Amino acid sequence: MTALTNLTLTEARAGLANGDFTSCELTEQYLAAMTAGRDLNCFIVETADIALKMAAQADQRIRAGTATAVTGIPIAVKDLFCTKDVHSCAASHILNGFKPKYESTVTANLWRDGAVMLGKTNMDEFAMGSSNETSYYGPVKNPWRATGTDGVLETKDYVPGGSSGGSVAAVAADMAVAALGTDTGGSIRQPAAFTGLVGLKPTYGRCSRWGMIAFASSLDQAGPITRTVGDAALMLASMAGYDRKDSTAVDRPVPDYGPALTGDICGLKVGIPREYRVDDMPEEIEKLWQQGIDWMTAAGAEIVDISLPHTKYALPTYYIVAPAEASSNLARYDGVKYGLRVDGDSLDGMYKNTRAAGFGDEVKRRILIGTYVLSAGYYDAYYLKAQKIRTLIARDFARAYNQVDVILTPTAPSAAFALGEKADDPLAMYLNDVFTVPASLAGLPAISVPAGLSRARMPLGLQLIGRAFDEETMLRAAQVLEQAANFEAKPEIWWRER
Amino acid sequence: MSVDKKTVAKIADLARIAVKEDELAPMAGELNNILDWIAQLSEVNTDDVAPMTSVVEVDLPWRDDKVTDGGYRDDILANAPAARHGFFTVPKVIE
Amino acid sequence: MADYIHGATGEWEVVIGLEIHAQVTSEAKLFSGASTTFGAEPNSQVSFVCCAMPGMLPVINAECIRQAVRTGLAIGCKINLRSVFDRKNYFYADLPQGYQISQFKDPIVGEGTVVIDLPDGQTKIIGVERLHLEQDAGKSMHDQHPSQTYVDLNRSGVALMEIVSMPDMRSAAEAGAYFRKIRTLVRYVGTCDGNMEQGSMRADVNVSVRRPGAELGTRTETKNINSIRYMMQVIDYEARRQVDILEQGGQIHQETRQFDPATGTTSGLRSKEEAHDYRYFPDPDLLPLEFTQAFVDDLAKTLPELPDDKKNRLIADLGLSEYNAGVLVAEKENADYFEELLELLVKKTGKTPTELATQAANWVIMDLFGALKKFSKSISDSPVSTVDGAELLALQIGGTISGRIAKDVFEIMLESGKNPEQIVEEKGLKQMSDSGELEAIIDAVLADHPDKVEQYRAGKDKLFGFFVGQVMKKTRGQANPQMVNQLLRPRLDG
Ligand SMILES: [Mg+2]
Ligand SMILES: [Zn+2]
Repeated sequence: MTALTNLTLTEARAGLANGDFTSCELTEQYLAAMTAGRDLNCFIVETADIALKMAAQADQRIRAGTATAVTGIPIAVKDLFCTKDVHSCAASHILNGFKPKYESTVTANLWRDGAVMLGKTNMDEFAMGSSNETSYYGPVKNPWRATGTDGVLETKDYVPGGSSGGSVAAVAADMAVAALGTDTGGSIRQPAAFTGLVGLKPTYGRCSRWGMIAFASSLDQAGPITRTVGDAALMLASMAGYDRKDSTAVDRPVPDYGPALTGDICGLKVGIPREYRVDDMPEEIEKLWQQGIDWMTAAGAEIVDISLPHTKYALPTYYIVAPAEASSNLARYDGVKYGLRVDGDSLDGMYKNTRAAGFGDEVKRRILIGTYVLSAGYYDAYYLKAQKIRTLIARDFARAYNQVDVILTPTAPSAAFALGEKADDPLAMYLNDVFTVPASLAGLPAISVPAGLSRARMPLGLQLIGRAFDEETMLRAAQVLEQAANFEAKPEIWWRER
Repeated sequence: MSVDKKTVAKIADLARIAVKEDELAPMAGELNNILDWIAQLSEVNTDDVAPMTSVVEVDLPWRDDKVTDGGYRDDILANAPAARHGFFTVPKVIE
Repeated sequence: MADYIHGATGEWEVVIGLEIHAQVTSEAKLFSGASTTFGAEPNSQVSFVCCAMPGMLPVINAECIRQAVRTGLAIGCKINLRSVFDRKNYFYADLPQGYQISQFKDPIVGEGTVVIDLPDGQTKIIGVERLHLEQDAGKSMHDQHPSQTYVDLNRSGVALMEIVSMPDMRSAAEAGAYFRKIRTLVRYVGTCDGNMEQGSMRADVNVSVRRPGAELGTRTETKNINSIRYMMQVIDYEARRQVDILEQGGQIHQETRQFDPATGTTSGLRSKEEAHDYRYFPDPDLLPLEFTQAFVDDLAKTLPELPDDKKNRLIADLGLSEYNAGVLVAEKENADYFEELLELLVKKTGKTPTELATQAANWVIMDLFGALKKFSKSISDSPVSTVDGAELLALQIGGTISGRIAKDVFEIMLESGKNPEQIVEEKGLKQMSDSGELEAIIDAVLADHPDKVEQYRAGKDKLFGFFVGQVMKKTRGQANPQMVNQLLRPRLDG
């Protein structure tokens, strides 16, 4: 049998429908790739038994003619999703051994449609990080390695981005057709850009947060990580949908995104926000952005210069709102109901020892920041102020959307960096999300599309930000961008050597 | 606004995270770096700006008053680090 | 009502505010579909939401919203069409989320007032600051194991209304009357069962003292008092304790205290005070709670007649005394019983409600309540129905039985559950009102006591009672006393 592990979701779906191969065959190949690729540390838990059972059921369904777009498709699931009776720990020691007795809505939707679970992917602890280095289960390695000026592939390891680092690395290394990620401030889009993949963060409220371990409730959204824009549309259609169990989910019909992908963006107004042209932007990012503008123009779009004046305040605003919510969301990890317990001489002693041992440094840092900005005497200066600026940021976008249909920006200010390079400098790490955070604060849908390679031949992405609940227009523009960029590079396979 | 070791100890206590004495100073340094950076927000005029309550403009959904959940104690206690006779147990609380 | 404490250095005034926690009457919890039934097996009424499993989210119970609005309307408060749920962050074993969802800045119900009745017959207006919805915590049990506390989360997430008064009360009696009034109101509108033994209503008692008319003093808060008697003990004890401290030159610390029912005293909680930085912020899992004035108006239409209105009506329309009306309206069931009984009595006797009301009220309050108290029963399981009660009164009013016989019949009704007509029939207790029959008996009595007749006629008027007694004896109490009087006098005067 030929290799099936580099097929797109759309291709795999066609092959399954044609009877070219079965889901069991497809799944077995992926399971084998996962075993061969363990050095990348993408998966915290591999669920081969479950995968094979689901694949067999999918094959029955395909034969019965009741298949959906994702039936039989092997996917990887970020460890932030609660999956029934399967390790769900947000890559944190504090949830040590936790196996929920319930299934998140988003994963349940995918299983309902016949998708196949390969395993739980590694991530930054509680989704707090932009490099996947804060995981209790160790860092994930980016399948991509830089090429030196001599044209030789380096042996140094690179980060896959984060927090959905395991999810992107698994897809980039052909260990899953697609993966589930979550995005709070860029956790789908930035790692997708770092690994040459498509990463989509839907409008806040589009996908249910029920059963997804909370980091920052007002920002968290589930989204797909895929090889193509078309794949992202198919997967989103399965994941999304109203859920009465999530009070912030929005009761709107989920469109069939397929017909939206017409390839035609004639007359579409594409906004270019001048504030995203930051001072120290690397030249190659600047060039890529210009390239993107040129592609859109060539496809018949109208380029409009716009202003989003509060852009520079988005990141510091985010680093108040997200830690504040996190400090409260993570209070439930106290050694009483589930997960780790470290004894102490009293109840408070037990709490303190458990949480000191259970949380990693970055999580502790954010809990402390969040606790501080909410504490008596500081609430107004920090949290309230940040929520007001958030209003201004959302207003900036609302005003821009009077003029344009989508907004085009780079996804990240650089290509993937070396493992350990920024691990000791939280602020430098936070700056990774400078282009992704504004859309998160405004709740808008955004997508990263692979658009080119850096000088060191590392993937770079461009971001499109859409109107609230207008994923269709955003996807249409993204697919045009994808076709123009024609990104076909794959990482050289070095991780199977051992 | 800058935090000292005492403040770090106080917020760590509020957050119920044990911090060793020699960790306090480096932690204060890291937190101050972040807080100093965040301080740039003070230059934004936010008079007459309402704080964001939700990015989605929808009504809070209401549920019917019906018993639809619960009644699965084994599942509730399945992951408990310590439980006895159907209760969670914790080190004795002395008031 | 000046009710000052006489200290060694002069007079002191006690200032009291109450935070009453009333459990909302609902099938399911505030933010989850788990049951609220009391007394279930530990952790059997717990959902994944109630025990704060990762990724669980709150969805609000519409009935709890309606109940809070109804309560607010009953207290006469402003209803806020927009309110916000906040998280109150603190760690405790029976608080699984590490925060309580409550309402801080923007509660569902704003200011209002209630009128309380004081023992001396006076009334007083007490301000209500607000009412908000919040989650109850679970239950910690410290006495089950030498080194472990046991945690049951059945209560976790049950809806509570926290009703916060203004610091308007000046004595334990006022605080007791206020608490009773709130309890009456929530029971009238059916928003809380008021069952204090089961913890459905409990109060945090804020007490401070000051020189009369001076600025407010520093207060202490004694938490979770679940009986009115205890609450009054807390107030008296705290007031005295604070006066003693102040008179000795000491200072009152704002602190949380607990009450020991065994000793009737309060003591400061050992837990550190620094811990009280609750870091309130709007719950990002919930949007603001909004509804229209029409929603409120529709709920207002479902409210029953409230106790103050009912009391005024009973006094104005039926001529009841303040006291009788007050007793009857204190519990809605009592007032309902009385009104039903009165209606039946009107039908049976053909008299007007006003003519009958006082007699009916006296019977309900004296005879029936007395009996209920003796058998420790409530009006809802009264052994005497309104139909039988009305019949008994009708028999008396119509002259079929005397008042004395009525009391005997009532006793038999309580014991046997039979209806009064049947009892009167079976036991032959009908009043003798036949003048021919009575005249014959009177003649016989006079014939039996010629000497006494002689003495009476010689001017010993007091003997009249003796003859009446003899007639009653001969008729085993059944003679109509009025007729005996009427017939006896002319015979004796002869
Ligand atoms: Mg209180
Ligand atoms: Zn309360």
